[in-house]
Amino acid sequence: MRVLVTGASGLLGGAVARLLVEQGHEVTTFQRRPSGVPGAADLHGSVTDDAAVRSAVAGMDGVIHLAAKVSFTGRPEDFDEVNIAGTARLLAAARDAGVRDLVFVSSPSVANSGQAIAGLDAEPADPARAHGDYSRTKAAAELLALAADAPGFRVTAVRPHIVWGPGDTQLVERVLERAAQGRLPLLDAGGALIDTTYIDNAAAAIVAALHRMDRVHGLALVVSNGEPRPVGELLAGICAAGGVPAPAWSVPGRVARAVGSLVEKAWLRSGRVEEPPMTRFLAEQLSTAHWFDQRRTRELLDWTPAVSLDEGLARLAAHYGATSGRSADAAGTPDRCAPSGS
Amino acid sequence: MVAATWPGVDPAWSREVDVPSTSGLDVSGPDRAGTRRRWHILDNAAQLAERGLTPAGTLLCVHGNPTWSYLWRTLLAAGTDPAHPWRVVAVDQLDMGFSERTGTFRRLQDRIDDLGNLTDELGLTGPVVTVGHDWGGVISLGWALAHQDRLAGVVLTNTAVHQPAGVPIPAALRLALHPAVHRWGTTTSDAFLRVTHALAHPALDPAVRAAFMAPYRNARRRAGVGNFVADIPADASHPSYPALTAVAEGVRGLSVPALMLWGPRDPIFSDRYLKDLVGRLPHAQVHRFEGAGHLVAEDRNIADPIFTWLAERVSDAIAAETASPAAAEAAAEATGTGPLWAPLTVLASGPDADQTAVAEMAPHGGVSRSLSWRELDRRVTDLARGLSGAGVAAGTRVSLMVPPGVDLTVVLYACLRVGAVVVVADAGLGLRGLSRAVRGATPDVLIGIDKALAAAAALGWEARRFSVRELPAARRRILGVETSLERLGDTGAAADADLPPVPAADSPAAVLFTSGSTGPAKGVQYTHRQLAAMRDTLAATLDLRPGTRLVAGFAPFALLGPALGAVSVTPDMDVTRPRTLTARALAAAAAAIGATVVFASPAALRNVLATRDTLTPEGRQALDAVELLLSAGAPVPRSLLEDLQDLVPAAELHTPYGMTEALPVTDINLAQIREAAADAAAGTVPGAGNGICVGRAVHGAELAVAPLVADGTAPGNRPVTDAGVTGEILVRAAHVKDSYDRLWLTQRESARTAGWHRTGDVGHLDAAGRLWVEGRMAHVVTAPGGVVTPVGAEQAIEALSGVGLAAVVGVGPAGTQAVAAVVETVPAVRKAEPAEPGLAGRVRAAARQAGVEVSAVLTVPAQPTDIRHNAKIDRTRLARWAGSVLAGGRPGTP
Repeated sequence: MRVLVTGASGLLGGAVARLLVEQGHEVTTFQRRPSGVPGAADLHGSVTDDAAVRSAVAGMDGVIHLAAKVSFTGRPEDFDEVNIAGTARLLAAARDAGVRDLVFVSSPSVANSGQAIAGLDAEPADPARAHGDYSRTKAAAELLALAADAPGFRVTAVRPHIVWGPGDTQLVERVLERAAQGRLPLLDAGGALIDTTYIDNAAAAIVAALHRMDRVHGLALVVSNGEPRPVGELLAGICAAGGVPAPAWSVPGRVARAVGSLVEKAWLRSGRVEEPPMTRFLAEQLSTAHWFDQRRTRELLDWTPAVSLDEGLARLAAHYGATSGRSADAAGTPDRCAPSGS
Repeated sequence: MVAATWPGVDPAWSREVDVPSTSGLDVSGPDRAGTRRRWHILDNAAQLAERGLTPAGTLLCVHGNPTWSYLWRTLLAAGTDPAHPWRVVAVDQLDMGFSERTGTFRRLQDRIDDLGNLTDELGLTGPVVTVGHDWGGVISLGWALAHQDRLAGVVLTNTAVHQPAGVPIPAALRLALHPAVHRWGTTTSDAFLRVTHALAHPALDPAVRAAFMAPYRNARRRAGVGNFVADIPADASHPSYPALTAVAEGVRGLSVPALMLWGPRDPIFSDRYLKDLVGRLPHAQVHRFEGAGHLVAEDRNIADPIFTWLAERVSDAIAAETASPAAAEAAAEATGTGPLWAPLTVLASGPDADQTAVAEMAPHGGVSRSLSWRELDRRVTDLARGLSGAGVAAGTRVSLMVPPGVDLTVVLYACLRVGAVVVVADAGLGLRGLSRAVRGATPDVLIGIDKALAAAAALGWEARRFSVRELPAARRRILGVETSLERLGDTGAAADADLPPVPAADSPAAVLFTSGSTGPAKGVQYTHRQLAAMRDTLAATLDLRPGTRLVAGFAPFALLGPALGAVSVTPDMDVTRPRTLTARALAAAAAAIGATVVFASPAALRNVLATRDTLTPEGRQALDAVELLLSAGAPVPRSLLEDLQDLVPAAELHTPYGMTEALPVTDINLAQIREAAADAAAGTVPGAGNGICVGRAVHGAELAVAPLVADGTAPGNRPVTDAGVTGEILVRAAHVKDSYDRLWLTQRESARTAGWHRTGDVGHLDAAGRLWVEGRMAHVVTAPGGVVTPVGAEQAIEALSGVGLAAVVGVGPAGTQAVAAVVETVPAVRKAEPAEPGLAGRVRAAARQAGVEVSAVLTVPAQPTDIRHNAKIDRTRLARWAGSVLAGGRPGTP
């Protein structure tokens, strides 16, 4: 099977491309900078470039679309252009090129208006209620993608929830960095139950979706480890793996949300490029439950996570042990093309 | 009138009917001859015909004041269900709902006639089941009495047909009837409507409230509401009094099936009126929805129970044309065990007649009171005669609020002797739970010590009140006390009247209350035969017999002492607080009678251990002579029994398992507990492990399970005894309860496996026939990986060092719940919070060994436990709390 993977320079895109290569597929990666995936043909370009997109999809059987603008900061128009228009462009090009299957990699945040989520399955994407430009534009893009599902062009949406693992610049690095600086609080005593997805499991689920298009086309599926943990314990586990002290101070969640919102605005006005220290988005993530009903996902994909949370943390610890210090590959620009769950 | 805007109503049901009024035929009637009245009704007949469904009969539903046919919308929907088609006709009475505003004042008899006019016009030939609410209940019964040729059953919800003499009508109605308030409250304003709608628990949805209000938008449209209230006969001089009395008395002759569904939180139609109706229709099925109120049709799903009842009680009767109540009472074979008190009578006339039968201990360590067998028998007989003379007779409900001891023993056996039904609700339910239990059981007589009578007066429990001792006149007045047991005993001794006949074996004898650790306490009714069977089971299982001498520190079994022919002594303690039993008091009681058996709750025994250093050498000697120690009422940990063994070195330590509905079910001793643990560890006996081993079935009892399915329920009715199959525990025995009191639905559920009682506990049998309890059905967790029963994992967690009591609960939606372990730590944490990662990891690993994946571990300073036993963890409450904390809420206190 000839498969195009967009956004393969990111953690998850790279893992997906590598898994497909391992499975013996003919893999092409497409993003703005080298993907570094051995065994894959590498095309460089942006989803904002129509000609580049059309030439990338030519001759493909399947497309896995991970390229997106992932950030808490930036102009709304930029999010629209990459996430909504870029997806629309890719969908049109793929359909025109006779591509049979397309997996749109989405995020549970497309259906989250900031309330606690305890054991729900994938709710419909809702751009009007999603918080922040990332979630809003991903929600709109998911609606476009699923609307494009048709006989002869099967489309599914997979929403991995908080993907992490060795090399992760989203959750792990941010947590470790803040904890090391003493800037990571435990909100509401850290009791909110949070599910996450270890990188290998997320990649396997996305690839499983491509193989199960007959059953999952037209649907949105949330993917996670199915091992929710109190957020305080989860953060402590990541800190332990990264060799930094765990957070010890506690802030009420509603205070953090309010402060986060202010900080976000001030930060945007200041024009600084790196991420602000505590965003409203992060405060919500750390103070309300986010865990999902995985029964339908697992049954439809015929997939279960191969790496448990504990095993994932052990691998994370091994990674930091091996790279002697967490800063070794902590680089990452705030405006890179990499997917992330939320 | 826009039917489309009434939530829950199919506009196709709404129609109008012009009906000739016959009330003009009588000059005193409100209508002139030839008058036609326009009715609005909800009727699903056309819809049934359209769908080709043949109804089994017709439900004729009559609303009260100030509602309308909208109240019955769920019945119309259910009647249209192809699974059980019934025609449902819900009427709007004239001047009410969307029926005609007649400008007349229609009294009760007019309204009964009006309803007959309507059913004539509709050609309703039957079979018809009437359904009524509020004053619509009276009108529906009036119609029923006038149309018995086509009547197949009656359903009543919060209504009344009779105002007992000398009892004031409810305060709320008194106010509504008051001339200063009446017109303004009911007609000029919509106050009466709003107040009625506010009686819903939980509050009505705004759209539903708007629908109830729709036909009563202005004063003119509310005239009927005011007239309805004015037609309530507050006393015998009222013009509608004769009509009401005719209904009330006529009802006694109805033999059709009857169903009463009640919301006890009703300021008007309280339990008092339910009791009155039960007295008139004693064959009725009754269900009280604890927590529901006046608008019970809004508060609870009444359609399912009504259609279940129709299928079970009415449809069959219609099919068979004749119901044969005699067949239902297939002569139960006599067990030949004799009445409960038979051994007492035998001993009182035998060689040991002057030996001590019952005694109670004083705080200083001596015997404060005692009776010989002869005296006990005499006192029981005297009091029985006295009670009988005071009107306490077969079926009279007597609530006993007397602490265990000589007085309670005498009054208990006297009540049983005259056939009264003894209601035993204890302070262990908490004041609120106790009050709810007493009100729900509607005792006719309340016998209590001073404190209980004061509570009765303060809380307004309606019953005749008898004190234990004779009280000064002033105190008697304050407490509303009529007489005393002391006086009744004297009267009985002086009287030469015969005792009433011995009550029939299958007549009700007692109502005991569950502890309410899984919902409101339930009344459990036993017959005399079942109480006698309980006595025989205990005797055979534990080898208790005449000559046994027992210290009774645990009420339920203690009362059976005289019935067993055993000498019993009550130690000095506050029985409502088990932790007040000291080692010294226990030893003193044992010494006083040379005890061979000790009964006590685990909480009491813990305190005995804690105070063991105060024992005197004589006390130790008395305890050395104990042959059997029995602890029950809550789970008894093995470690407690092991510690106790030192205290009573010669005793065999037993801990039976049972419930208020079946006392007891199994029995196990310490040696057997050790053996079971060894079997579980070795893995050699199939099914051994995962739970608390409670031993084998007691004498005369059988055990089985109804297997659990994926959603955590046990829907099947096939009893299974295969080793290792987890399910709801079923028990079959002669001493299992007769029924739940006024909880028809609960009773039906508990008895749905024919011949068995469904315990609500979950567990499994092992290959050696031992039962392993895994928790309560209500506490089963449905995780995505499968059903999780809590006890196995809890035991594994409690085995960790630094951990006290543990509880495993589920949070999140059924079927995909996350498992949370809530643990006490040693030493205790100061406030509830997520466990630190080290402890969480250990707890998770321990639970995993027991096959349970734990998501979150929370630590609490103390688990929430029940009041009665101080040992049963309220997992339902804990699950709610954990759900909130794990959603990101503040921990607070569970």
